[in-house]
Amino acid sequence: MESFAVERSAVPSTEYAIEVTNLRKSFGKVEVLKGLNLQVQRGSLLALLGPNGAGKTTTIRILSTLIRPDSGSVRVFGHDVVHAADAVRRRVSLTGQFASVDDDLTGFENLVLVARLLGFSWRQAKTRATELLNAFGLEEASDRLVKHYSGGMRRRLDIAASIVISPDILFLDEPTAGLDPRSRRYVWDIVRTLLNTGTTVLLTTQYLEEADQLADRIVIIDEGTVIADGTIGELKASVGSGSLHIRLRDPLRRPEAERIVAQSLKTAVTLESDPSALSAQVSDPELVASTLTNLSRAGVIVNDFSLGQPSLDDVFLALTGQPAEDQNTVKEVVQ
Amino acid sequence: MTAMDLQQAAIKPVDEATLRSALSAQGRPRRPHAFSASLTLAWRALLKLRHSPMQLFDVTMFPIMMTLMFTFLFGGAIAGSVGEYVQFLIPGISVMTVAMISMYTAMGLSTDIAKGIFDRFRSLSFWRPAVLVGALLGDAVRYSLAALVVFVLGFILGFRPGGGIIGMMAALAIMLIFAFSLSWIWTMIGLLIRTPESVMMVTSMASFPLTFASNIFVDPQTMPQWLQVVVWINPVSHATTAVRGLMHGTAASGDIVAALIACAALIVIFAPLTMYFYNTKNAR
Ligand SMILES: Nc1ncnc2c1ncn2[C@@H]1O[C@H](COP(=O)(O)OP(=O)(O)OP(=O)(O)O)[C@@H](O)[C@H]1O
Ligand SMILES: [Mg+2]
Repeated sequence: MESFAVERSAVPSTEYAIEVTNLRKSFGKVEVLKGLNLQVQRGSLLALLGPNGAGKTTTIRILSTLIRPDSGSVRVFGHDVVHAADAVRRRVSLTGQFASVDDDLTGFENLVLVARLLGFSWRQAKTRATELLNAFGLEEASDRLVKHYSGGMRRRLDIAASIVISPDILFLDEPTAGLDPRSRRYVWDIVRTLLNTGTTVLLTTQYLEEADQLADRIVIIDEGTVIADGTIGELKASVGSGSLHIRLRDPLRRPEAERIVAQSLKTAVTLESDPSALSAQVSDPELVASTLTNLSRAGVIVNDFSLGQPSLDDVFLALTGQPAEDQNTVKEVVQ
Repeated sequence: MTAMDLQQAAIKPVDEATLRSALSAQGRPRRPHAFSASLTLAWRALLKLRHSPMQLFDVTMFPIMMTLMFTFLFGGAIAGSVGEYVQFLIPGISVMTVAMISMYTAMGLSTDIAKGIFDRFRSLSFWRPAVLVGALLGDAVRYSLAALVVFVLGFILGFRPGGGIIGMMAALAIMLIFAFSLSWIWTMIGLLIRTPESVMMVTSMASFPLTFASNIFVDPQTMPQWLQVVVWINPVSHATTAVRGLMHGTAASGDIVAALIACAALIVIFAPLTMYFYNTKNAR
């Protein structure tokens, strides 16, 4: 982790849209945030990554004034979230992890409602609602109750409701969780367009790929503290460029293949539960070609292989030496 | 539904130009007025009513049951005849009905607050009490409807108000103001208690002394001294006295003032408490 802790003291503080210093928050006896530090440059996108229960949602809820911090300083465009909550509210917008739209109203009514609460006249509110529904490809669903929307439509409506007035900062809490690849790409396109118009975005996600696609900077948190902070390049340099997955035609040749791969890549090899599959971290993509060549020279037939992006799990493994622990597993199973 | 969703899933790619123009929004309007925010949220409550009119079922059935039950159950015993008792009971029953229905408001609100939409409300910068005021205003429609049901049924049973249309309208106004004021108690309870079921339990427990230890069913003259004091403290009694007087055209201005003071007292005590709990909910 030290390898890409980056010096940033040189940047004047006015460049930051968000500055969080030593943020602490407990719920009862459970300490959720244990001294979190975070800076987000104006106009940039910061991806906040972490496993379940890491404290991502809690952080975003504090930043959008929904809950109060216990201690530490949290500033949004220089406004304190506790003492100048209203000033913060006027500049930020939140798309929560669980859709913050009204199930019992139609899509159109939802947007009119938000527009009215922002101060638009009825006429302006209706114009704006129609405009946004069109821009988000929801015009056909505009008069249907939101409870009949699909997950992707609901997400889009939720984001639309967050940008009725273009906010200076948009918080997106796991905006693509549970979406199919197409809807996911749609949301990404929306986020990119927002960035192009100058909005600062703070997004949480569990997918490294999403961060890779969108983020200028990545912060990884675990158990309420930052364990990594850097650009995607810095992060990858510390983790390796990904992992090589290989499936053999003949499971019996796996021990031999394991030896060859370990030698060629100069790393440890993981044997997967599929008896014909194995994988290994790749530090240098150049070595992959020679690894495959070595296998075929030895007569080990490879059915298929893939060079994957490092997953959040790989990053955790590299950073902490242990896999990401899902702190909410028990709770979620019970629910 | 599934077919429709599938159809929707065929999303066109983002049209960058449309999106950009939608995003380069005109400047930010002024923060909405407290009144305009409340009206907007009342509009939301009415929309819900329109989308699921079944919500009106309890509002109509409850007063019908109450009126019939009490008229025929107590009519003979208390006033000698049903016809006479109806003159006394109908004003009181209509106050009781709106008081009971205001509990449903609180229950609805407490279910509502647990949902995501309230997060959005709380992250916008409009006048905070509008969320509650709006819901209560929207419910005025339900209260009026329930009161109307009682009036009509009462008329069929022989209720002949001496105050005429004007008296009935004035009585309705007092009832609406009273229901609005009383709602703050239920709403506070709704914010303090987690599940809608237990909210229902606590509010109905509270509603029994509130309605029976009052002058809705019998004249307090027949009660022991201590109970008369309780009845006098009970805001429901003041509302009932005023409503009864207005309907029969016999109201003294003092009765009306007393009812309005009772309403004001409820708001002054419970509205700030409710707002306090609303603002700190989940914010601890
Ligand atoms: N209101 C609350 N009361 C008690 N505990 C809470 C509350 N909100 C969150 N927590 C706890 O705080 C921890 C962090 O939760 P948080 O929702 O911030 O995690 P997250 O990183 O967003 O996780 P996920 O990926 O599952 O959304 C969890 O252990 C959760 O149980
Ligand atoms: Mg979360």
